[in-house]
Amino acid sequence: MLIKQTTKLRAWLYQALFIIGIIGICWLLIDTLLGNLAHQGIVTGLDFLDNNAGFGVIFSLIDYNESDSYGRVFFVGLLNTLLVAGLGIVFSTILGFLLGIARLSHNFLARNIASAYIGLFRNVPLLLHLFFWYFAVLQPLPGPKQSLHVADALFLNNRGLYIPTLIDNANTTIWQYTIGISLIIIMLFLISANKRKSSATSSAKSSNISDNKISEKTNTKKGTLLLLFICVCTLLSIFVGSPYDLNTPVFGRFNFSGGTVIIPELIALVLALSLYTAAYIAEIVRAGIESVPNGQKEAANSLGLSPSDSLRFVIIPQALRLIIPPLTNQYLNLTKNSSLAAAIAYPDLVSIFAGTVLNQTGQAVEIIGITMLVYLSISIAISLIMSLYEKKSRWNQ
Amino acid sequence: MSKAINTTIIPLKYCIQWMYKNLFSSPIDCVITLSLCLFITWFFPPLLDWFILQATFIGEGSEQCTNDGACWIFVREFLPQFIFGFYPEESRWRLVTAVIIAILFIGIQIVFKKKYLKILTPTLIASYPIIAFILLYGGAFGLDIIETHQWGGLFLTLVIAIVGIAGAFPLGVALALGRQSNLPIIRAFCRLFIELWRGVPLITVLFMASVMLPLFLPQGLDIDKLLRVLICIMLFASAYLAEVIRGGIQSIPSGQQEAATALGLSYWHTTRYIILPQALQHVIPGIVNTFIGLFKDTTLVLIVGLFDFLGIVQAAATNPKWLGHAIEGYIFAAFVFWCFCFSMSRFSRHLEQRSHLKAKPTTHPT
Repeated sequence: MLIKQTTKLRAWLYQALFIIGIIGICWLLIDTLLGNLAHQGIVTGLDFLDNNAGFGVIFSLIDYNESDSYGRVFFVGLLNTLLVAGLGIVFSTILGFLLGIARLSHNFLARNIASAYIGLFRNVPLLLHLFFWYFAVLQPLPGPKQSLHVADALFLNNRGLYIPTLIDNANTTIWQYTIGISLIIIMLFLISANKRKSSATSSAKSSNISDNKISEKTNTKKGTLLLLFICVCTLLSIFVGSPYDLNTPVFGRFNFSGGTVIIPELIALVLALSLYTAAYIAEIVRAGIESVPNGQKEAANSLGLSPSDSLRFVIIPQALRLIIPPLTNQYLNLTKNSSLAAAIAYPDLVSIFAGTVLNQTGQAVEIIGITMLVYLSISIAISLIMSLYEKKSRWNQ
Repeated sequence: MSKAINTTIIPLKYCIQWMYKNLFSSPIDCVITLSLCLFITWFFPPLLDWFILQATFIGEGSEQCTNDGACWIFVREFLPQFIFGFYPEESRWRLVTAVIIAILFIGIQIVFKKKYLKILTPTLIASYPIIAFILLYGGAFGLDIIETHQWGGLFLTLVIAIVGIAGAFPLGVALALGRQSNLPIIRAFCRLFIELWRGVPLITVLFMASVMLPLFLPQGLDIDKLLRVLICIMLFASAYLAEVIRGGIQSIPSGQQEAATALGLSYWHTTRYIILPQALQHVIPGIVNTFIGLFKDTTLVLIVGLFDFLGIVQAAATNPKWLGHAIEGYIFAAFVFWCFCFSMSRFSRHLEQRSHLKAKPTTHPT
């Protein structure tokens, strides 16, 4: 009894000492920090966010000009970071799944090309990929006059990729309303069909309707709806005309007019991030598929499923359960890696907020703190969602 | 006669069978094979042309590169700089000596018997950092001091990665133990610390090292930039290492812990003699993987103005005499990084397979 009490007491004593030590170190650091800041004449606090920024940003998703505040610069950077991360996630997932499946294919060429790709791209630093695409591929491209073009609509030169944009015309509103209304009708139909299906399945035992028939019925209904939707679209395009006008870029005297431009920094960053992450995703996908026991595949074969059907209905659903947790981890890594934008001056959060704004204001502690907090909250949010998912999938087992 | 025909036909038959099975087993397979063949014939000949056939290997200066292919003279010209950075030429033997001593120490580990190693290993591990520091930085035994802003190239990359991982190791072990501790406050603190470092990108950490850290130091105390970066990289790597080591600690059956407690061993004894030796052996592949990641991430230090390997390549590519040869530099850098990382990943896979072979067959969950 006595021994137990002393151990407990000792444990609390250790922890109390630990806390005192941590608080002491923190106090010491903050004291020196405040002394240094006072010495340099920097005012602490977040008031600087309202000040006038006074510098331009080459690419922004929201309206921004030089007279806007530092707070607005923060949002410009945050949105640009999210844009790169989003694009990177989409492309790397597509390429990664393709490579992962190719890695396990029976085809000799596909298998070996995929594994060569993975071996090559995983073992070279991401920053080197980025430099390669930006400094060695995109910057030496010819100027706007000699730009590479596809069908007079896409132009690639050292100022970026010029693509056509859609602009509203007289028909746009009609299209938007019709499509919106038909989508709502379809949604209502589907919801009611689902309700009927679930009530029918619960009463299936008493009445003699088999499950199969019900699902067949709903499937035909879904098909009809899709057909109707396509009919509406064709009728609209025949009688009303196309919903948008195409605004293609045209080379004027010095530069392109019309269309929109994707800056080379964005292209290089998305290319590097998605090609690099795809190699990791491919390995995750491969491990996930390999973890499905061989018997499952054999059983699917013996049931007469075609290879693609057995992949779709038997292997992938089971593999996904193992793929999704490390896949989210990769998405998280990609989001964090998008901060490499600072190396090629793409205006993301780190580049313009922790870079330019920090240099102009000198508010190092606040700015680095805010930047870290943004990344931290993104990763904590995603890991919380992940742990919820893991709990849920464990219950389902 | 028939024997001769047999020996010529059988390989052919085998070859056709192999091709049927591996390349043309279904219509989709045929389409894939043909399109990949087209891709290879379109992609590789120009690449080979550029790399070797049309490339210039011999000569002095960029004027000699008149062919369409790569100009490998660029790489040859800057090779000493790529490796040693701006380290003074007359002192480069010191770096070579440091590497030779390291190889020698590893050789001693392999050659000597276990009996002697018990005393030798700790002495070597303790003495090498001191020897290396004196050799690289100088300031003792009549060696000139070479300031860290002259360090660079592959040498700096290796210094950052190795010092980073070696320095992070003790902290990583402490954090991993702290996360598994029974004391709630210490556990919470370690968890917070680990999540904090793992949640932020390395660039923000480096920015912190170069701009924010000086503000926390008392006036007049000016820590070298490389040292600041190294401290932050250590903290960053320790969080990742802690998670790897925690996995190893958790993989040890709880019976080990219980048996140790039943024998009357204290917490520290159990940890020192029972848990850690087994856990660390389990996680060597994981540690190697963390090291590979860190090795690739050291390239980021060029953003805060240190000239690591990639930084030197980048600087050489912007040399006005050698404009337009960035591609050769990047490809050379990629090749060097690939060699390091690929061999290390093979090494870690080899260790993993060996430990799998050693492990007793476990029952698979059904």
